[in-house]
Amino acid sequence: MSASFKPTPSSKVISTRTIYDFHGGIHPEEMKTLSNQTAIVQPTIPPKLVLPLQQHIGKPSQLIVELGQRVLKGQKLADADGMISVALHAPTSGIIDSIVDHPIAHPSGESGACIVLIPDGKDEWCELEPCEHYEHLSVSKIQAKVREAGVAGMGGAGFPTEVKLHPPHHDKVATLILNAAECEPYITADDRLMRERAEEVVQGMEIMAYALQPGECLIGIEDNKPEAVAALREAAKETQIEICVVPTKYPSGGEKQIIKLLTDKEVPNGKIPADIGVMCQNVGTAAAIYRAVRFGEPLISRVTTLTGEGIQQPGNVEALIGTPIDWLISQYGFQEKKTERLIMGGPMMGFTLKHIETPIVKTTNCILAPTHKDLPPPPPAQACIRCGLCADVCPAVLLPQQLYWFSRAQEYDKAEHHNLFDCIECGACSYVCPSSIPLVQYYRHAKGEIKQQKQDQLKSDQARERFEARQFRLDREQAEKDAKRKARAENAAKAQAAKKAAEAVKPADSNTEVQNKIASEDTVDTNKAAVQAALERSKEKNQTNSVSKPEEVIDLDALKTTWDKTQAKLDKMHDALDDAKTNNSDQVEKLTRAVEKNQMRVNQAKQAWKKASASLKTVAETEAVQGSEAEKPDISVLATALEKAQSKLDKMQDALDNAQPEQVEKLTRAVEKNKVRVNQAQQAWEDASASQTTKVETSSETLTDATKQSDTVEQPDIEALESAVEKVQSKLEKMQDALENAQPEQVEKLTRAVEKNKIRVEAAENALKAANSISVTNQNGEQ
Amino acid sequence: MSVIVTAILALLGLSAVFGALLGFASIRFKVDGNPIVDEIDSLLPQTQCGQCGHPGCRPYAESIADGGDINKCPPGGEATIQALAELLDVEATPLDSEHGEEIPKQVAIIREDECIGCTKCIQACPIDAILGSAKHMHTVIASECTGCDLCVEPCPVDCIDMVPVDQGLATWHWHSPKDQNIIATDKMSLVTEGANLS
Repeated sequence: MSASFKPTPSSKVISTRTIYDFHGGIHPEEMKTLSNQTAIVQPTIPPKLVLPLQQHIGKPSQLIVELGQRVLKGQKLADADGMISVALHAPTSGIIDSIVDHPIAHPSGESGACIVLIPDGKDEWCELEPCEHYEHLSVSKIQAKVREAGVAGMGGAGFPTEVKLHPPHHDKVATLILNAAECEPYITADDRLMRERAEEVVQGMEIMAYALQPGECLIGIEDNKPEAVAALREAAKETQIEICVVPTKYPSGGEKQIIKLLTDKEVPNGKIPADIGVMCQNVGTAAAIYRAVRFGEPLISRVTTLTGEGIQQPGNVEALIGTPIDWLISQYGFQEKKTERLIMGGPMMGFTLKHIETPIVKTTNCILAPTHKDLPPPPPAQACIRCGLCADVCPAVLLPQQLYWFSRAQEYDKAEHHNLFDCIECGACSYVCPSSIPLVQYYRHAKGEIKQQKQDQLKSDQARERFEARQFRLDREQAEKDAKRKARAENAAKAQAAKKAAEAVKPADSNTEVQNKIASEDTVDTNKAAVQAALERSKEKNQTNSVSKPEEVIDLDALKTTWDKTQAKLDKMHDALDDAKTNNSDQVEKLTRAVEKNQMRVNQAKQAWKKASASLKTVAETEAVQGSEAEKPDISVLATALEKAQSKLDKMQDALDNAQPEQVEKLTRAVEKNKVRVNQAQQAWEDASASQTTKVETSSETLTDATKQSDTVEQPDIEALESAVEKVQSKLEKMQDALENAQPEQVEKLTRAVEKNKIRVEAAENALKAANSISVTNQNGEQ
Repeated sequence: MSVIVTAILALLGLSAVFGALLGFASIRFKVDGNPIVDEIDSLLPQTQCGQCGHPGCRPYAESIADGGDINKCPPGGEATIQALAELLDVEATPLDSEHGEEIPKQVAIIREDECIGCTKCIQACPIDAILGSAKHMHTVIASECTGCDLCVEPCPVDCIDMVPVDQGLATWHWHSPKDQNIIATDKMSLVTEGANLS
């Protein structure tokens, strides 16, 4: 080891810099010679590469390749997602085989999304963008290049390096420190890298210095790596970089510790080094930055130490990112039987791998395969004897004993008050603990629990907010409902009071009052009133109407005009049908139906006219014998009713023709109903005319005034009923229209109203029928 | 004599001044409601599940403020009991199993193809974490769901499942080491036992 170490002239220059010290620290057995004797070797390309999308702190990378796609070495596979994220590149050329959940390098041994790349063995580079002189590039260009290359801190945490190339917002970087201490036992990756590629490391640091413009550039390195120190000094001869050799002590490679060693500054609680003007980078990262800027090469491989007694040829390898660890160690004589466990990282801060097929990631600096003898499993913990050794060695100047008690008792807030979060989990306390208490594990657990509790607190606050918002909404809705109900009640009370007042004013006019009341209360009552009114009217008519012949003639004329009108309409429809046939075929069917209906109507009108004229003839013949004044206006009334119904039907038919498709069904129903009504009206008219004829034929001079009287009374009654039926029908129609146009929430109400009205219509129709039958019986009686 | 009078007057004056001051303060800095209820409420998990027998977290907080038991909240578990005990300076008692067991965090999931859109679960959710409308599929906003399971019972087609929250890598943390406080002589036997086993 020392044989190869020859002091160079520059190393003779005694650094004026004072090296400070940090509290505590330990000196575990180094075990570095196991792996630092041989040069870095390049393993062959593995048969499969597994590339986790998250190998760094921050958001996982965003996949930008497809399954089955052939990718070239260095091609980007996944992009950085946001500021705190890094890109991922293909370590060799090959095919994207799958994207699967694969165990990743994490103490939990859980799986994460990984790209599986099957190398094709050609190792074909994609096009790169080299740059001879970084000085010609702008700082932002260098930052972009580093970002594009997917460089993440290679010391262990994996923080996106590009972020650390931005100087802090308000401050200049006073000191740029390259952390080359590599204090953990067994690990020699940085050592070998510095020995063999000191140029790259120094150049990388130069680039960082160019981007950050720090006051001073320091490389902190432990004195157990004299070859690396010599190589660095040689490489940094012409530069502003100062090599600071620090005494070997674990954990001098901790970020806060190396800052304390070189600058005597302490990173305050809850702050980062940038807050005190210090930026700290790892040597591996520096080399990666150099390759990214100089050659445009992304970070696709890293130097990893394979060591421990379980590996026959320990040493350092430049492994491709994504190389499965089981494959890699099998290349260097992994003895599974001798090894109890595989550790990623060093013996102090590393973690046991739960899955041997876990891939190498950007932060994997060491794979340790210790035998039982090397690294025996920790003996069972015993009671704390309060010896205080842990407090003596704690590099963060904490009180590990207190933290232990608080963590064990789950008194996390007290642990927090004792600055639990300043613990760097170096494991020095556990190392010296005579009772073998796994102190660090307690702290890690406590930290996790506290973070969890804080998250839960956030969530419960959010839940409370939502709950209160909901409560508020419900209360408001209830209040609105109450207000509405109150308003309605008040209105009703007012209406009641007004009614009472009106009654009090007109107590004498009780008769009309009562009638009005009845009329307003129910439509059935309205019908009654209408019937009464009609009766009165017809009585008057009877009295005034002594000669009815001219009326009859007019009626006949009216029927004739109806017939003509319908005929004209039918002609029009025929025209429309022809038009439709030529233009628009989907309306043809409808129109045809309409035409047929109209034809029927025309026929009806014709028949009606014929009948009327026939009956008129009969009436005319028998008029000399019998003055049946009362019968005649009845026929005319019936005829007008028929006409009205017909016109209504026509209107409906028109509406049907113009209707929207979704309304067609409803309208069709309405039309059918109306047809029934028309038929009824016709029948009524026929009955009336028939009875008249019979009456006329059978009537003799013996007919008494009384019978006459009954006839005159009976017939207008039917008429009145008919008009009532019609009214109710029209109301029903209106309602159906309203139903069609109604808002969905009103539908239910309207439907109920429509049903009610239907019942009323039926009642009115029944009344009409009853009246008809009575009149028939009367007529029979007359006979 | 005059000394006594002066003393009495001075004391009277002072008492008048301080009385006025206190009177002003009692009106000016009057605190509405009981602040301890707010403090207790902020420690509760706000699932509004009602497992404690109170209609929501705040009523439970009020009952605790009135001297009720602090061990009736299964969703909060031991951690909440600890926190309450600390706040109120009372003895931490183990969770009253009458109100339920402490179970891992859950979240409601609606099997959406079975949902008939009856909105019953929406009405049941105390924090409006279910989305949907009548005759349309409902779904749970998982990030808002507190896992109170109040929506499970009203569902007429039983299409709501309570599933444990997926402890992904984001929420993973180290578990606590096993407590094995042994004496030195036990240690030896344990070690040999371990050797025998291996």
